[in-house]
Amino acid sequence: MNSDAAPSGETPIRSSTLWRDGARRLLRNRLAVAGGSVVVLLCLIAIFADLLAPLPYTKTNFGRLNEAPSRDYPLGTDQLGRDLLSRMIYGARVSMLVGLGAQVVVVLIGVPIGALSGYLGGRADLFLTRFVDVMYAFPRLLFVILVMSMLGAGLTNIFIAIGLTGWVGIARQTRAQVLAIKEKEFVDGARALGAGFGRLLTRHILPNALTPIVVAVTFGIPEAIFTEAALSFIGVGINPPTPSWGQMVGEGQQYIRSYWHLCVFPSIAIAVTMLSFTFFGDGVRDALDPKLK
Amino acid sequence: MFHYTLSRLLWLPPTLLAMALVTFLVMHATPGSPLDPVAEGANPLSPEAQKNLAKYYGLDRPLHEQFAIFVSKAVHGDFGNSFVYKTRTVREILVETFPVSLLLGSMALVLAIVGGLALGILAAIYQNRAWDYLSVSLATVGVAVPNFVLAVFLIILFSFVLPLFPTGGWDSPRNWVLPTVALALAPMGIIARFTRASMLEVIRADYTLTARAKGLGEVPVIFKHALKNAFIPVVTLLGPMFAAVGTGSFFVESIFRVPGMGRFFVLSMTGRDYPMIMAVVLTYGAFLAVMNLAVDLLYGVLDPRIRY
Repeated sequence: MNSDAAPSGETPIRSSTLWRDGARRLLRNRLAVAGGSVVVLLCLIAIFADLLAPLPYTKTNFGRLNEAPSRDYPLGTDQLGRDLLSRMIYGARVSMLVGLGAQVVVVLIGVPIGALSGYLGGRADLFLTRFVDVMYAFPRLLFVILVMSMLGAGLTNIFIAIGLTGWVGIARQTRAQVLAIKEKEFVDGARALGAGFGRLLTRHILPNALTPIVVAVTFGIPEAIFTEAALSFIGVGINPPTPSWGQMVGEGQQYIRSYWHLCVFPSIAIAVTMLSFTFFGDGVRDALDPKLK
Repeated sequence: MFHYTLSRLLWLPPTLLAMALVTFLVMHATPGSPLDPVAEGANPLSPEAQKNLAKYYGLDRPLHEQFAIFVSKAVHGDFGNSFVYKTRTVREILVETFPVSLLLGSMALVLAIVGGLALGILAAIYQNRAWDYLSVSLATVGVAVPNFVLAVFLIILFSFVLPLFPTGGWDSPRNWVLPTVALALAPMGIIARFTRASMLEVIRADYTLTARAKGLGEVPVIFKHALKNAFIPVVTLLGPMFAAVGTGSFFVESIFRVPGMGRFFVLSMTGRDYPMIMAVVLTYGAFLAVMNLAVDLLYGVLDPRIRY
């Protein structure tokens, strides 16, 4: 009778939930496990950057500028004689913060708007779909660049800029899901039993719409990381002296002839991070929704 | 069909106007004016001279008037003078840089479509064999890794390790190779993925079986029967593809020192060159809107099942 009889009624037979099935399938996917491990490693580097970095990221040494990798500086030094390895370690912190933080903003804006518009329908829904269409016509990166140039560089502003543009996709996904689910019989059943609007939406409809939202978030993370790197590359992202990989590539590529190490190491970091998240995201998608493969 | 085309064409001007309005508002809400006396590197003119300059450029008028003036001039292709390159009009700069970007973008698109189709077809025919793995890995790298990072790797590999191509510039066709490849890899990966998926589906379809059953060889089966149908879903990708190549060119042009619109856009962004920014955004916007329309119409021509 109780529609949300959750784990309390655990039987001796191991019940197979969506998430447990998904986890099992995910663990069998070797590429996804490899990607996931790198992601965990990057998170650890980001959290413990202060302990791991051999030097502070602002420590300059004007006697040793643009040095190639050596024993003192494993990845060399930059234009101001700062240790490249330390700057890369702190750069991981920026990337992870943006990747995860921006997704929180995106979900907080996108899911409620999408759910309400799908559930209520009518004029609000029409307005949202039109708005989303216009947003899709505008190249996303161009819009983020415009917003950033208005707000000015900085981490918080990156969250805002990505949040402002990124919620559209997730709202669209949520709306489509809610539209399909609200017609299902179990929703009618719950409504017949007297469930109110809020309860219907949060306890019955949204939990069933969760899978595509989770998948969208897993792919949204690398996209946010890419956006930050791209913004910092052209100089409207993270404010110096805080290091960001994109900014390091952007500055380093000007000296690629003479000092290859300046842009190559951060480039490798970006490539590895993006690939890991992609493998992990593909794995999550295949594990949660084998139909989509 | 005629109705659909007409209504889409009629939607173009309001879309562009909305784009212009958004850009205009964003640019004017931006702190820092080209005449801001406390800005970094501001001009050291007296307040009176500043006022005269503001008047000369029309910056002293109310916002809605500025916008109206801008639109009425923009319709005739007049975007005013660049604030940064003071002796030149925006139009002159665009006329000079747009063809460069157009050439780079077109080459990248052609490479992406041809390469992506080839990779996708090979992957589908040799499913789960070496060709498949090679094309899927290439597609994954192209899609996942940002193009400015790919550009760095390309320079290291093909300018330093194997000194085949120059690191930048735009003087001879030899300079064009690396930027084109860097810009093409991402769309190529997406096209390859979609072609592979849709080819796999089509290869197993009944009509392909029929074609084989009547004794047709492998080549006509793939190219006459399968590819034609597999190509249809790929066409829908072309719209977003134009956008990807357009925004991608900002980075690729900056890295390879290509004198195109994308590089000017990045430069004008930091220089708060309003007329330049508006013109570039609108040019991209108009170009993309027209291309999207063309793609949608093409889709209807290719697939007679679609009715508008």
